[in-house]
Amino acid sequence: MKQFLSFVRKELYHVFRDSKTLLMLFGLPIVLIVLFGFAVTNEIKNAKIIVCDYAKDPASQEIINKLTVNTTFNLEKTLLNHSQIEEAFKKEDIKLAIVFPANFNKDLLHLNKAQVQIIADASDPNTASTLTNYAMAVIMDYQMDLMQNSNLPYRITPEIRMLYNPELKGATNFVPGIMALVLLLVCVLMTAVSIVKEKEMGTMEILLVSPFNPLLVIISKALPFLLLSFVNLVVILTLSVTLLDMPINGSLLLLVAESTLLIICALSLGLLISNNTHSQQTAMLLAMMGMMLPTILFTGFMFPLENMPVALQILANIFPSKWYYIIVKSIMIKGLGFSAIWKETLILLGTTILLLVLSLKTFKKRLE
Amino acid sequence: MTNEVVIKTDKLTKRFGDFIATNEVTFEVYAGEIFGFLGANGAGKTTAMKMLCGLSTPSSGNATIAGFDIYKQTEQIKKHIGYMSQKFSLYEDLTVLENIQFFGGIYGLSDKQLKEKSNELIETLGLKSEAKKLVGSLPLGWKQKLAFSVAVLHEPQIVFLDEPTGGVDPVTRRQFWDLIYQAADKGITIFVTTHYMDEAEYCNRVSIMVDGVIEALDTPANLKQQFSATSMDEVFYELARGAKRSE
Amino acid sequence: MAEVVLNNIIKAYNKGEVKAVNDVSFSVNKGELFGLIGADGAGKTSIFRILTTLLVPDSGTASVNGFDVVKDYKSIRKNVGYMPGKFSLYQDLTIEENLNFFATVFNTTVAKNYDLVKDIYVQLEPFKNRRAGKLSGGMKQKLALCCALIHRPTVLFLDEPTTGVDVVSRKEFWEMLKGLKQQGITILVSTPYMDEATLCERIALIQNGSIMTIETPDNIIKQFPDKLCAVKADNMSKLQNTLRNNPQIKSCFSFGDFHHITFQNDNEHQQNELLKTLQEANFQDIEIKHITPSIEDCFINLMNYYDERSCNKNRQANQAFW
Repeated sequence: MKQFLSFVRKELYHVFRDSKTLLMLFGLPIVLIVLFGFAVTNEIKNAKIIVCDYAKDPASQEIINKLTVNTTFNLEKTLLNHSQIEEAFKKEDIKLAIVFPANFNKDLLHLNKAQVQIIADASDPNTASTLTNYAMAVIMDYQMDLMQNSNLPYRITPEIRMLYNPELKGATNFVPGIMALVLLLVCVLMTAVSIVKEKEMGTMEILLVSPFNPLLVIISKALPFLLLSFVNLVVILTLSVTLLDMPINGSLLLLVAESTLLIICALSLGLLISNNTHSQQTAMLLAMMGMMLPTILFTGFMFPLENMPVALQILANIFPSKWYYIIVKSIMIKGLGFSAIWKETLILLGTTILLLVLSLKTFKKRLE
Repeated sequence: MTNEVVIKTDKLTKRFGDFIATNEVTFEVYAGEIFGFLGANGAGKTTAMKMLCGLSTPSSGNATIAGFDIYKQTEQIKKHIGYMSQKFSLYEDLTVLENIQFFGGIYGLSDKQLKEKSNELIETLGLKSEAKKLVGSLPLGWKQKLAFSVAVLHEPQIVFLDEPTGGVDPVTRRQFWDLIYQAADKGITIFVTTHYMDEAEYCNRVSIMVDGVIEALDTPANLKQQFSATSMDEVFYELARGAKRSE
Repeated sequence: MAEVVLNNIIKAYNKGEVKAVNDVSFSVNKGELFGLIGADGAGKTSIFRILTTLLVPDSGTASVNGFDVVKDYKSIRKNVGYMPGKFSLYQDLTIEENLNFFATVFNTTVAKNYDLVKDIYVQLEPFKNRRAGKLSGGMKQKLALCCALIHRPTVLFLDEPTTGVDVVSRKEFWEMLKGLKQQGITILVSTPYMDEATLCERIALIQNGSIMTIETPDNIIKQFPDKLCAVKADNMSKLQNTLRNNPQIKSCFSFGDFHHITFQNDNEHQQNELLKTLQEANFQDIEIKHITPSIEDCFINLMNYYDERSCNKNRQANQAFW
């Protein structure tokens, strides 16, 4: 028993004297609880919607008011023309559009029935379903109000259209996210570990004391992973298209180009991590905590970003995966071209350049 | 030195697939002896030592250590021996005192015994002002001396030392051997491997392993006579020269 | 012509707490075989890393081939060969692949400088397709040496190349170094083994970050201040105690089958007096003879001297300090 207690005491000493372990032990749970507590919520808030009101009558106004009062919805604008709807979905981050036909109120009064069209962005099928249901609830609520006041069987029939993903396939939402995750994982983790391994083994010392530019050492390490990532990309796309029926509605070339940009971004991040760590263990930890966890949380494929508190939404902007996710969805699902995603591409490019410059600058030409 | 046998091996063998690391090794070690176990790298020394410490199971052959069987009573063996190697001896992130307390606890010393012995140890090594410092901050020589003292804290019957003086300065090396002599005087049997041939002279008897087999076993004086050599260095060189395992 | 020069180099770790290199100055001449002799932690590796431009000294200057280690590091890196402490070649590449790789890294080919490594490589050639991780210690060492030489460096830095390697390989290695010296390469070697010191042209004895002396081995031995005697008897352990307790004896250290002693007063009678004392104490088979000191004797003597000078804490710890 006494021996056992001796061991326990020793293990406690080891834990409390190792700052890295302590950070993991106490820091991590706190961070996770806070993050998941705030980030993960099924409540949808502030979804951007647009309304196309041909009627402009009291009935439609009443429903629109009810919708705007609801915190779930954020009325972006009111359109005058049906044709503008498609563009709004493409260009802006609209989740839902509601169209009121010209004689909405008249139909209700004279025919006791009317129609409303609800169009949802189904590239995220869960959010689309939820929003559609919310909208229908609001409309039914109005319908109830009408019936209460006059005992007539009013009926408002919503015609629902799911854009981009009429079958509400889940794959369209998570495959782009998985693409981001896989590319980041392979490139960041593998590059960082491979370079640090060289340091650990001692061969880096010999390479430094040679005319060979050590930067070339690094690039030679990154190159295999660049090539492997292409293979991964091809495999994921092939599987998604054949097995999961994912569409590639836009330009494949553009998709590959943007993916290459993300790969270079990830390789630079891997390089940056390897410059500042001395053991494979630390490199792996940093890559996991600093890269994988935020990617899962803040890309937007597991948990919609709009549902998170504003602070976290702003935080999400620093992760390249968020921008890549939007880019991939726009190309693959919405079939958009470069003109629609140039902003996101620019941000990704900027991040990549920043990481490259930082990693090249912090590269150590000596052992210290 | 007495005639009581504390280690007895009979054709002790260890195979790794086709490779025979230790080949039918047979010898005896007596109580209170300082026994030098020499051999080049790859000769099979470390493999043999691991078996004797109960850390690895032999492929064939028999042995008893401190009277306990090498196959069936490894836990008993571990209770009666001490061990120190160059690679690991003490925990660097624990203080001197904490290390002593830990190992004392592991060896099953009572609180009173532990207190007595740790005071004695610290006094002998002159580490009073260093007692609360982390072992990692001590110079190598002190670490090695401390590690040895901790290995014999529980006054085991036999202590196994695996190249304990590697890389240490010449003065500390000799102080280390002073500690070994003190332990031997108390009746502890010392089983030590080393690359320093002058240390071979400090042993009562020496065995030299080449290619997994013991090629020589005798007192240093007899070995020198046998090989017409003036130093153990020459004896060793004579035997190791023909080794095939250096390829 | 001095090929490698150090002036007042200081390097400390742990925010200045640990002085690994403490005001070291020395120079090595072109074509010299120079040994840096000292225990682990003495500062050898730090000095080598500063000279190969892997570390920047806290203060002081150093140069190799006339190039400053801090400002002109790129030029140094083109021309030196380096073999670091632990075996650091690619374990999963074969002997041949490793050699080819390092030749390419140095913008050369194996064929171009083969004559330099030939004598060493012929021993490895039969195993050239074996992976480096599967080689014995002695062979790894030979391979590492070839890779450090393959670009015909002007200066070769070998950091503890014989540590952990068997006795036979160690002897062979030093033969190889002698052969290399004849090719005109300046070689700096560090080692904890005192017996290897005599194989160098000049050596620096280093302890606790400071250089104790730099001389040819012969001169160091000549500079040993006292007369050294070797004493032997039937009970060596008891003899050691007796000698240490004898007020006439200044120092007593065991050296294998003899104890090496120096006397407080060097005169003719000391040996005879000692013989009588030992006989009276019932020692048998007594042998006392005057001997020439070895490098190890000199090292110990210098350690004593420096410890006394700096009056440092080591004294307190080494209670059985003799």
